[in-house]
Amino acid sequence: MISFIETCRVSFRAIVSNKMRSGLAMLGIVIGVGAVIAMLALGAGATLQIKSVMSSMGSNLLTIRPGTVTSGGIRMGAGSTPSLTLSDATAIKEECPSIEEVLAQYSGVAQVVYGNQNWSTQISGVTEGVFVVNDWQLKLGRPFTEQDIRSAAKVAILGTTVAQELFGYSDPVGETIRIKNIPFQVIGVLEPKGESSWGRDQDDVVMVPVTTAQKRLFGMPRPDMVSSITVKVKSEDLIDRAQEEVTLLLRQRHKISNPQDDDFTVRNMQQAMEAAQESMKVMSLLLGSIASVSLLVGGIGIMNVMLVSVTERTREIGIRMAVGATSKDIMLQFLAESGMLSMTGGAVGVFLGALLSYVLSQAFNWQTVVLPGSVALSFGFSALVGIVFGLYPAYKASLLNPIDALRYE
Amino acid sequence: MALIEVKDVRKVYRMDGVEFEALKGVSFFIEKGEFVIIMGPSGSGKSTLMHILGALDVPTSGSYLLDSREITDMTRDELARVRNAKIGFIFQGFNLLPRMNAMENVELPMLYAGLPKAERKRKAGEALELVGLLDWADHRPNQLSGGQQQRVAIARALVNDAPLLLADEPTGSLDSKTGAQVMEMLVSLNEKRGITVVLVTHDSNIASYGKRVIGVLDGLISSDGSKEKVESWVDVE
Ligand SMILES: Nc1ncnc2c1ncn2[C@@H]1O[C@H](COP(=O)(O)OP(=O)(O)OP(=O)(O)O)[C@@H](O)[C@H]1O
Ligand SMILES: [Mg+2]
Repeated sequence: MISFIETCRVSFRAIVSNKMRSGLAMLGIVIGVGAVIAMLALGAGATLQIKSVMSSMGSNLLTIRPGTVTSGGIRMGAGSTPSLTLSDATAIKEECPSIEEVLAQYSGVAQVVYGNQNWSTQISGVTEGVFVVNDWQLKLGRPFTEQDIRSAAKVAILGTTVAQELFGYSDPVGETIRIKNIPFQVIGVLEPKGESSWGRDQDDVVMVPVTTAQKRLFGMPRPDMVSSITVKVKSEDLIDRAQEEVTLLLRQRHKISNPQDDDFTVRNMQQAMEAAQESMKVMSLLLGSIASVSLLVGGIGIMNVMLVSVTERTREIGIRMAVGATSKDIMLQFLAESGMLSMTGGAVGVFLGALLSYVLSQAFNWQTVVLPGSVALSFGFSALVGIVFGLYPAYKASLLNPIDALRYE
Repeated sequence: MALIEVKDVRKVYRMDGVEFEALKGVSFFIEKGEFVIIMGPSGSGKSTLMHILGALDVPTSGSYLLDSREITDMTRDELARVRNAKIGFIFQGFNLLPRMNAMENVELPMLYAGLPKAERKRKAGEALELVGLLDWADHRPNQLSGGQQQRVAIARALVNDAPLLLADEPTGSLDSKTGAQVMEMLVSLNEKRGITVVLVTHDSNIASYGKRVIGVLDGLISSDGSKEKVESWVDVE
C-alpha cells in the first residue's frame, strides 16, 4: 500500500506537469465559488445593514405613514395622501395607554445662513418627543418645550456637522441663524451620532419645532399635515397592543369603517425586519441555485479533464500496475488529483470572490461581509464536487487490466 | 520445490467474437536459480506466456504455482502484491515513466510496497549503482540512451528483491553491443544473487547466455533442454 502522502505527491506532480489543462479544469469551479462567495458577501452585508438600521431605530418603535400597503406589497400612493396630522399625533399620545412618547415630523431641505457662512441641509420639523423616540442627546443648550411647539417658535437645534460648518469651534447657542431668510435663535447642539448604516451623516441636520416647519418654512398641501409619526411603545411586549390602539384610533379619527380603506400604515420594526429577512431568504435560495448550477458545471469540467487524463495516461497506469499498484492505489491517485484540482479551484475562487466583494464594497459603497461560514461551505462543496465527479474517471482507471493498459498506444 | 510450476496452461483471446488460442496447454517447471531462455517464432505465444508468468494476465485454464502459491485464483489485489514482491518484469520497450527521473522510476515498486522515503532512496541508489547508473540518477528516460534506459528498468525490477526476473526481449531495442552488456548484467545477477531469470529472445546469440532453452511453437512447448539441443532446433528453423 502506497501512503496517502505519496499518492498526493504523485497527483500533485500530474497536475503541475500539465498546468494549462489543470487551469482550464479548475476554471468552472473558480468562477462558481468566486461568484458564490461574492454574492453571499453582498447578501450578508445587506442583512447586516438592515439589521443595524433596525436596531438603531429601536425595536419598540411603530412608524405610521400616510398611504397603505396592499396585500400584493405595492404601496398605494405612499406619502402622497396627506392623511396624517399633528393632531393625530397629539391624540395618539393622549389616548393610547401603551405609548410612551410620540414624534411627528415634517421636514424639508433649505439653506442655513450665519454671517457669511451658509450650508444646505435637512431641516427636520419635530415635536419635543424626538429626544425620547429617536434617542438624541443634547451636547449644549436646551431641548424644545411644549411651548415652543405650540407657538411655532423660531428656535433651532443644530446637528454637530451643521454647527461645525457655520460656527467652527465657537459656541452657537444664543446666536441667530437664518433659514429661508427667517431668523432663528439657536437653542442647542446635538450630541453626534455619526454615519447611519446607509452612509448618511445623521449629524447634518437642523431641528426646528414641527409647527414652525409647517407654518413658516415649508408649504403644506393640507393644514396641520405631518409626513410621518413615530411612536415609542412602553415596552416590547406591548407592541401588538399599541399597534392595535393606534390603528383603531386613527380609523376612528379618519372616519374609516372598512380596514381596506385605511389611508395610513402602522408598521413595527419587527415586522419590517421579518419582511427584510423574508426577502433575504428568497435571495439566498436564488444564490444557492446559482451556486449549485455553477458548481455542477465546474464538476463536469473536472470530470471531462479527468477522463481525458485517464485515457492519455493508460500506459502510465499499466506501468504502475505492473510494478505492484493495486486498483485502489490507482483509484486514489486519480481521486486525489480531481480532489486537489477542485480544492485548488475552490481556494482560488474564495480568494477571487473575496477580492470581488472588496472591490464592490469600495466601488459602489455596498457593505459586504465574507463570512467564514460561507467560505467553509463553498470550499467544502468544491472539494466534494471534485471527489464526486472524479469518482467515475478514477474508477475507470482502476478497472484497467495491466496488460491491456501496457499495450495501449 | 520448483519456483515456477506451470500445468496445462491455456490462453484464449476473444476478439470481435472470434476466438484464438494463443497457448494450447503448456506445462513446465523452473527451479530456483535457473536461467531459462524462451525462444520461438513470432506469434508463437511467448509474450502471452510471459505475461501469465508475470501475473500481468491470467490464463483461461490451467494452473500456475509461483513459490507454491496458486496464481490463477488470486484476486486483482493479490496479483498486484505478487507482482510487487515476487516479480521483476523487464520489457522490450523499457516502460519507464517519462516524467520521472531514473531514481524515481527505480523507487516506484517500493512506493507501492509502502517503504519509507529514506529507505527507498537508499535502495534505489544501490540498485542504480549495481547497474552502473548512479551518476545518471536525476536524468529522465528521454535523456538516457536505450541501453541506459534498459539498465534503469533492470534496477527497477531488482529493487524489491524479487526472486524472479522476467524479461521479454530485453535486448530487442538495443544494438548487439549494449545488448550484450545487458545480458552480462542479467547473467551476473543470476550467478551472484541466485535470482531466477526467464528471458524471451529471437536472437540465438542471446540464447547462448542461457543454460536451458524452452522452445515455443504455435502455443505449445516444442523443445525443452540444454543449449546445444536447442541450437540445433534453431538451425532447423
Ligand atoms: N490481446 C490479444 N488479443 C487477441 N489476440 C492476441 C492478443 N495478444 C496476442 N494475441 C495473439 O496471440 C498470438 C501470440 O501472441 P504473442 O504476443 O504471445 O506472440 P509472441 O510469441 O510474443 O510473438 P513476437 O515474437 O512477435 O513477440 C498472436 O497470434 C497474437 O496475434
Ligand atoms: Mg512477444
